[in-house]
Amino acid sequence: MLEQNIRVKAKDVSFYYGQKRALKDLNINFFTNKVTAFIGPSGCGKSTFIRLLNKMNDLIPNTRAEGKILLDDENILDKKVDAVKIRRKIGMVFQKPNPFPKSIFQNVAYGLELCSMSKKEMERVVEESLQKAALWNEVKDRLRDNALGLSGGQQQRLCIARCLAVEPEVILFDEPCASLDPISTSKIEELILELKKQYTIVIVTHNMQQAARVSDWTAFMYIGELIEFSPTKEIFVVPKEKKTQEYLSGRFG
Amino acid sequence: MFSFKERAIKFIFSCLAFSCLLFLLAIVVILFWQGAPLFSYMDFSQFFFGKSWYPTSQPPEFGIFPLISGSLIVTLGAMVVCVPLGIGSALYIYELSGPNSKKILKPIVEILGSIPSIVFGFFALTIAAPAIQQFFNIPTGLCALTASIILGIMAIPTITSISEDALSFVPNSFREASYALGANKFQTLFKVTIPAAASGISTSVILGMSRIVGETMTVLMVSGGAAVITSSFFSPVRPMTATIAAEMGEAAFGSLHYQALFAIALVLFMTTLVFNVIAERISQKYALKLGANR
Ligand SMILES: Nc1ncnc2c1ncn2[C@@H]1O[C@H](COP(=O)(O)OP(=O)(O)OP(=O)(O)O)[C@@H](O)[C@H]1O
Ligand SMILES: [Mg+2]
Repeated sequence: MLEQNIRVKAKDVSFYYGQKRALKDLNINFFTNKVTAFIGPSGCGKSTFIRLLNKMNDLIPNTRAEGKILLDDENILDKKVDAVKIRRKIGMVFQKPNPFPKSIFQNVAYGLELCSMSKKEMERVVEESLQKAALWNEVKDRLRDNALGLSGGQQQRLCIARCLAVEPEVILFDEPCASLDPISTSKIEELILELKKQYTIVIVTHNMQQAARVSDWTAFMYIGELIEFSPTKEIFVVPKEKKTQEYLSGRFG
Repeated sequence: MFSFKERAIKFIFSCLAFSCLLFLLAIVVILFWQGAPLFSYMDFSQFFFGKSWYPTSQPPEFGIFPLISGSLIVTLGAMVVCVPLGIGSALYIYELSGPNSKKILKPIVEILGSIPSIVFGFFALTIAAPAIQQFFNIPTGLCALTASIILGIMAIPTITSISEDALSFVPNSFREASYALGANKFQTLFKVTIPAAASGISTSVILGMSRIVGETMTVLMVSGGAAVITSSFFSPVRPMTATIAAEMGEAAFGSLHYQALFAIALVLFMTTLVFNVIAERISQKYALKLGANR
C-alpha cells in the first residue's frame, strides 16, 4: 500500500482507564476511501480505540493515552490539539441511534449552526446530507417533525446525515446496526459502500458477515491488542494468526 | 393461607396509602366548611379585591388584596433570587464541576434544604434585617426585600435538586452526539442539555414557587406585618400565610374573622394545588418526550 494513501496512522497506541490498561501498543493505518472493520470479542477495546480517533475519550475523567495517532501530521492524542477541529474532520455514528429531541431538520442542521451559516446555505446542506444518507425521500415532507418519531433505522440514517452535514473526512461507526432489523441493516451497509467513495471509513462490528460485506481491511483485536490486520479478502479465507482463526471459527468470543 | 397473607399485606398498605387521601379530603372539607360561611357576609370580589384588612375594627373589613399583594411581591422577589441561583447551581454541580467539587457541593445544597425555617427566620431577624436596614438606610429592615432574599435562599435546594434530577434524565448519548459534531461544552449545554431538561427545570421552578408561597414561619418573622397595599420592596408587607399565623390565635372560634382566615387558607391551598398540578403535567410530558430514547 502506498504511503500517500494513508489517511490516519496509529503508532504504538496504549490507553488506560485509571490503572487499567485497555489498549496495548496498537499500530494500524487507515487508508483513504477504504472501509476498515474492527472485529473481536466483547470488551477487547474496539470502542476504546475508535473513540480515541475523535478524542471522545477525552471526556472520560481519569484516562490516559500513549503513542501517536497522526491525521495530517498532527498527533490527535496530544492534549493540546483542539478537539473541536478533530471532531469536525472525524465524525462518529454511535451504536444506538441518538438523534436529539428536536425536529429532523434541526438535527441535521445542528453541526451547521455551530459555525454560522446562512439559512439558504443551511437548507441546501441539510437536503444534500439527507440525500447522501438515503433518507431524503422518506422525510422530505416532514422535516419539521420530531426526529424521535422516526423508526430506529431511519433514526440511524438521520444520525449519519447529521454527521455528513459537517463534512468530515473520516467517519467512525461503532456497531451502527447493533439495534437495527435486517432490512435497516442492509440499507446502512449499502450506504457505507456508497460513502466510501468520498470518505475514509472505520466500522466496529460484531457481525462477521457484515465485516466481510462492507470492508476492504479487517483488524482483529483481542484483549487490548491488535492481533491481525489484513485485507478482508485474505483474513476471512486464510487468517495468518492462530487467534484470528480460532475466533473466526467461533471457538471463543 | 399464603394468598390470605398476601392479601392482608396488600390491604394494610392500601389502607395506609388511602389514609393520605383521607387526610387531604378532610383538610379540603374543613377549609370549605369553616371558610365558606364568610361569603354570606360578603361577596367574592369584596373579599379578593377589598383594599383593607381590618379584622378587628367596627365594622370589620376583610379585603385580602393587601395580603395578596404582599404574597405576590415577596414571591416575585424571592424568585429573582432563587431561580438563577438554583438553576445555576444545578448546572454547575451536574454539568460543569469536576467529581471533586460535586462531592462537596451536593451535600451542602442538601443541608441547606434541611435547615428548619425557624432558623432561617432567626437568622433573618438578627442578621439580615439589621444589615439591610443599614445598607439601604430605611426605617425598618423587616420588609419585603428581606423576606424575598431569605425565602429565595430557602427555595434554592428545591430548585437545585429537581433541576439536577432533570439533567440526570438527559441521556448521555445526547451530549456525546453533540460533542462528536464538534460542539464545545457550552454549546452542548445550551443547545442540547438544557432544552432536553427544560420541562424538568420549569417543574423545579414551579415547585420552588409553591414552597415560597406556602412558607409561613420565616415570613411571619421578617416581613414586617403591615397589611397595606405596597409596591415597594422596602416597605413592610403581610403575606397571606403570615396573616393566618399571626391572627389565628386571637380570632374567636366561629367568628367572621375566623372564617375569613379559613378563606385565606383556602386561597393558599388552591394556589399551591394549581402550581403542583402544573408541575405534575409538565413532568409527565417530559417523561413521555425522553421516554422513547432512554
Ligand atoms: N469508561 C470506562 N471506564 C473503565 N473501563 C472501561 C470504560 N469503558 C470501557 N472500559 C473497559 O475497557 C475495556 C474495553 O472496552 P471497550 O468498550 O472498548 O470494548 P469493546 O471491544 O468495544 O466491547 P463491545 O464489543 O462489548 O462493545 C473493557 O474491559 C471495558 O470494561
Ligand atoms: Mg464497543
